[in-house]
Amino acid sequence: MESIIEQFINGLRSGSIYALIALGYTMVYGIAKMINFAHGDIIMVGAYVLYVSITDFKMPVIAAVIFTIAICALLGIFIEKVAYKPLRKAPPLAVLITAIGVSYLLQSVAQLIFTANSITFKSIINLEAVHIGGITIPGITIVTLVVTSVCMIALTLFINKTKMGSAMRAVSEDKAAAQLMGINVNRTISVTFAIGSALAAVAGIMFICQFQSIKPTLGALPGIKAFVAAVLGGIGSVPGAMLGGVLLGVIESLSKAYLSTELSDAIVFGVLVIVLLVKPSGLLGKNRIEKV
Amino acid sequence: MKKTLKKVVSLGLLGALTVASLAGCGTKNTGAGDGTFLIGGLGPLTGAAASYGISVKQGAEVAIDEINAAGGAKVGDTSLQLKLQFEDDEADGDTASAAYNTLMDKGIQALLGTVTSGAGLAIADQTNADGILQITPSGSAKDLTKNPNAFRLCFTDPLQGETMAKYAVETLGLKKVALLYNNSDDYSTGVAEAFESKVKELGGEVVAKEAFVTDAVDFNTQLTSIKGTDAQIIFAPVYYQDAAYITTQASELGMTLPFIGSDGWDGVLDKVVDKKVLEGAVFLSPFLATDPDTAVQSFVTKYKEKYDATPDQFAADGYDTVYVIKAALEKAGKTDSKDLIKAMTEIEVKGLTGTVTFDASGEPNKGAKFVEIKNGEYTSKTVE
Repeated sequence: MESIIEQFINGLRSGSIYALIALGYTMVYGIAKMINFAHGDIIMVGAYVLYVSITDFKMPVIAAVIFTIAICALLGIFIEKVAYKPLRKAPPLAVLITAIGVSYLLQSVAQLIFTANSITFKSIINLEAVHIGGITIPGITIVTLVVTSVCMIALTLFINKTKMGSAMRAVSEDKAAAQLMGINVNRTISVTFAIGSALAAVAGIMFICQFQSIKPTLGALPGIKAFVAAVLGGIGSVPGAMLGGVLLGVIESLSKAYLSTELSDAIVFGVLVIVLLVKPSGLLGKNRIEKV
Repeated sequence: MKKTLKKVVSLGLLGALTVASLAGCGTKNTGAGDGTFLIGGLGPLTGAAASYGISVKQGAEVAIDEINAAGGAKVGDTSLQLKLQFEDDEADGDTASAAYNTLMDKGIQALLGTVTSGAGLAIADQTNADGILQITPSGSAKDLTKNPNAFRLCFTDPLQGETMAKYAVETLGLKKVALLYNNSDDYSTGVAEAFESKVKELGGEVVAKEAFVTDAVDFNTQLTSIKGTDAQIIFAPVYYQDAAYITTQASELGMTLPFIGSDGWDGVLDKVVDKKVLEGAVFLSPFLATDPDTAVQSFVTKYKEKYDATPDQFAADGYDTVYVIKAALEKAGKTDSKDLIKAMTEIEVKGLTGTVTFDASGEPNKGAKFVEIKNGEYTSKTVE
């Protein structure tokens, strides 16, 4: 019983990180109707920026975290302006290829600067583990769960309560109509990329505090898992990304623990296939009929 | 089509015969007559595996300088100076075959090689047909010693698993073991399988068997599963980066079970932030440059002087292999390979990687060398 609860908590932790990353995929898809495959590598950039700002620039922890988030948000806007905006009228395939190109570019640049060898990094979060009965919850897990919950609540409030949030919802409904209503579409898209990348930076920070090791390809696997989570929850839907992420983490952890470690990935993707067969728009996605 | 094939085959046979006869000449020409014994070396000096081959070559050269300075090998009534002719096989089968032919043309009398398994398997039948003594310093594939002329100095992957099983169950007396391995990697699965069957044979029990795949970073689920069992020790036959993740995460989960590992753990100290998570871990390693043993320190000093580098286990393997050839020469009292091969099972060599004897199947018997991590440093540990 204790073991099941601990495995569930393991799943919640990795799931909440997937959810943070999945939000970036889903928001960008909702607004710009494109899959930003470079999103996973923003996590890696975030990890390296935090490493450099603490180890080389000797910044205090809070400043380093804010600096990391800011750099990633700017990088998100920059990538959108340089690589995606010129292709806004191009066929979706072209944008997809560019996104993959940006992803490889980021990885290669990181490899040039930091080499392919992994770097160890001392976690900035040092919280003692909590023991409840026979259950041990590592400190990093508690911090991860709190931070991701706060991010998700803040994002939900932002989207539903602010003017910019309304603008984002409007643009995702109908770009042309939103523009006619006086919404600055370009700025809205930039803000979306900034928020998505900032969340990826947070995920990156959580990631290296947990694993204490950085390498240029670290964003690839969580990136692809989070993409699956976004599709599972219904791509374009913000609550869907959260649900999909957490669900994916828990399914992964429980299937690793109780079914088979070797088959856990197959089970995760199997669930995705089943969901897409039964409800092609994902768990919380809208069934939208394309008008011709 | 068939005709062409026949032509190719007969041409090939002709070529092999020519090479064999030339080699025969070579042996006679450079034999005991001029006071030298020529050892051929095969290993990668370029390419992705180059560091292994270069290490073996340099380690062997240190041994040869040492032996020659001390008067050479006493074969019968004469003393022979040893010489090493080392060729690059790029760790590739075809290149190894060509390089082996080059060596035979030069008249080598014993073969130190190959360094890697793949290249060795490619020439195994060729060397057997030539009847030349072949000793691989570092190739761990099982089939490398299938022929009667072939011997091995290093541990095979399965032997590592068996040794660690004995250590856990017999030496430490811990019967309930957990196994955590990479099931997408040949090395890890090979060691793990041998470990599991040996544990059962010794009356122990594998209470948890958890796997992961290459590039995994999150081991919390597997470790939590192990935590839920009554395992007394964890065996992780993995490479150092995985070992770093595993031990760090186990410590975060509040686990205090001891860890044991395989030779892939070498280098793990540089990959963890807090060296305390590794405290007390024991793994198998044939060679440790910081070992206070005088022979090891003398080798490390000579190697550093000559190559300005710290020797690794491959260098020690190369060094020991030369001493094995010397011992076989002195035991046989002759330089013919068939006599050397016969002598191989009768010698005992005290090398840097342990005292070794060889059985008729070509496998080494040697005491395992263990490394224990104490106070954040590698220390050597002797286990009887």
